[in-house]
Amino acid sequence: MGKRVGIIGVGQTHHAAKRLDASGVEIIAEAVTRALDDAQLTMADIDAIVIGNMDHFENINYVDMWATDGLGSCMKPVFKVTTGGTTGTTVGACGYYHVASGLFDVVLAVGWEKNSESDTQAAISTCANPTLERDPFAGAIGPLATEYSMYMKAYGATETDSAMVAARDRNNALNNPYAHSRQAVTVEDVLNSPMLSYPVKFLDMCPRSDGSCAVIFACEEKAKKLCPKPAWVHCSVVRHDYTHFGDLEWKFMPTLERASAAAYKLAGISNPLKEFDVAELYIPCSTCGVKWMDSLWFCDHGGAPKLIRKGIFDMNGQLPINPSGGVISTNPIGATALIRVGEAAWQIMGKAGARQVPNVKKALCTGFGGCSWTDLMILGADLP
Amino acid sequence: MEKVAIIGVGYTKYDRNSPLTFAEMVFEATSKAIEDAGISKDDVDNIVSASSDFWDGRTISSMAISDASNAFGKDITTVEGDGTFAALYGMMRILSGSFGVTIVCAHHKGTESSMNGITNCTFDPLVERRLGLDAVSSAALQARRYMNKYGLLEEQFALVSVKNHGNALRNPLSLLPMEITVDDVMNSRKIADPLKLLDCSPVTDGACTLVLAAERFAKKMTTNKKRVWLKGVGHCADAFRLGDRDLADTRALKSAAKRAFTMAGIDDPRKEIDFAEVYDAFSYMEPLWLEGLGICDDGMGCEYLERGYFDFGGKLPVNPSGGRLSANPVQAAGLYAMAEAVTQLRGKAGKHQVRGAETALVHGINGMCGQSHCVWVLGK
Repeated sequence: MGKRVGIIGVGQTHHAAKRLDASGVEIIAEAVTRALDDAQLTMADIDAIVIGNMDHFENINYVDMWATDGLGSCMKPVFKVTTGGTTGTTVGACGYYHVASGLFDVVLAVGWEKNSESDTQAAISTCANPTLERDPFAGAIGPLATEYSMYMKAYGATETDSAMVAARDRNNALNNPYAHSRQAVTVEDVLNSPMLSYPVKFLDMCPRSDGSCAVIFACEEKAKKLCPKPAWVHCSVVRHDYTHFGDLEWKFMPTLERASAAAYKLAGISNPLKEFDVAELYIPCSTCGVKWMDSLWFCDHGGAPKLIRKGIFDMNGQLPINPSGGVISTNPIGATALIRVGEAAWQIMGKAGARQVPNVKKALCTGFGGCSWTDLMILGADLP
Repeated sequence: MEKVAIIGVGYTKYDRNSPLTFAEMVFEATSKAIEDAGISKDDVDNIVSASSDFWDGRTISSMAISDASNAFGKDITTVEGDGTFAALYGMMRILSGSFGVTIVCAHHKGTESSMNGITNCTFDPLVERRLGLDAVSSAALQARRYMNKYGLLEEQFALVSVKNHGNALRNPLSLLPMEITVDDVMNSRKIADPLKLLDCSPVTDGACTLVLAAERFAKKMTTNKKRVWLKGVGHCADAFRLGDRDLADTRALKSAAKRAFTMAGIDDPRKEIDFAEVYDAFSYMEPLWLEGLGICDDGMGCEYLERGYFDFGGKLPVNPSGGRLSANPVQAAGLYAMAEAVTQLRGKAGKHQVRGAETALVHGINGMCGQSHCVWVLGK
């Protein structure tokens, strides 16, 4: 069977709305250099590289080739993976499988995006079938607004519930020097912010950012030698849904339910709310931070609003979610889900600075993208 | 280390202006591959697609083919690049112990794409893109550099086209089977000096799917006549900018080939490889890559070619299928080459069967002028 794998280094840029000072390749180089520094390695220690982003944002074809100078991949094995919003976790999973396969010992996984050079919503719209669904499902906000409307009607969730999630994540970002949007926000501020698409308001929604994240994976022998406290990968699971948006179930999040059920089984988790110490979740919009909690088996369908009102997921709650500020505060799309993995790894390694949750043994991270699909990874302080 | 086998292959016939959408093409190839493997679609636990947002004209291009590739409720991921790299990732996922049976699929609808625009976007947006460089014009620069470095002639490159289009006559799948002469190639329309029309591969539609399985499943699910083992693989990339590379130097390919041969336990590829499917989107590439693959010394590819070494009946037949010169569905080209190797090693290649084929070499590239290479050794 495969090898056990640990994360031994993480690097990220100081994410921003517009990085006029650096090209895409330079942004990538920043994250790569910081990850190498974090792991106290040099490029000579890296056996293979994997990179990901979404082509249509920066209009660069074969990014794995173009990014060579930033990646340090000249005369090294490299290829690209890409799956939309989940790209970051897909890159992370690919780094993990590189090492778990036994083919490579130390692998660098990099996600990046320079959204300031893109028309993000227009590019995202092209994921839908051009004749059937491109018009009604244009962009990312409409479908998320629709699903929360349905959830509110079914279970009595409110706009205040989602505003509480937005305020939680945004205030957490104040503790994260890498976050793009760092502002103290009250629930009232969120409720009073401009309406984008009912019930989603401006402060409920993620920004688009320029930034990059790099994570270094190593096999057990190397990880133990190179890193005092690696974050071990306990499992990586992906679940996809149908191709067409119209075929999807909108009242709950089926892929998140299936992926988390499978992952909990692999990692031996029976009570996720109790057993996880921290979670870095791909919550692109605060409304998902309500509805999707049901689908992570934290509660029965419709139970999430109660948990949120009780503050269970706050920094001082039972299971802190998104100490980093999450996707609502930082969203360089191809890097976004990899930042979840990197932040969760730092929590286990005890390197999360002011946003550190004490004594983290098990961490959950997710990616969301495409036609409502889920990537999920569980990390632990102990060997799997 | 556990072994991984290819237990099923499926593909569409090469086409131009296919009436099918690319998702329908993937469905056809995948259905055929599952049938060829003799398994149920429920036996498959994960999918790796080779999809390109650029060639498909859709962002998250894998989304369009997820139903078609049997991905509902499963773990699917996407490699953006040639199918040989997707197969590599498919193999890694099995070796990790997380998966047992992997579908690797690739598709390409060249007749709905703009080659010039799409490959121009591969270049640096600030400087090189404005020069109008694309896959063809950069290949022409590489051909010229190769000629200058070793004193080669266009007529020698033309021989590749004559050989491969001739090989295609024996392959019913092929798009451009042709009996042509060196003069025909030399007199064909100039595309980008020194490349003429018949030095270049045709715009092609096609989809191809492989079913990969871990040894424990492969032996349970199939007979030994069906399964072909993935014996060795290696990949490696060179510098990005054309100006940072010697375009006639094949150091990245040499590194990839070394990895693949070491893993496969091959000491002398010249003796141990029975035939090769080598990336030949342009005629000159075949001898150049054969040098990088260690099949002949640097600068000697064309001489070997002239001596008939790489002919269908030669010492080491190269591109018995007709190669990319006879049909080139870009993203899918590498998977078709692997499927061809499987058919040959099964002894089911009909009129283009290479006699006594036991070990095959397959090669795919990413990026312009072969910036990155993936080398496979397949065996019975």
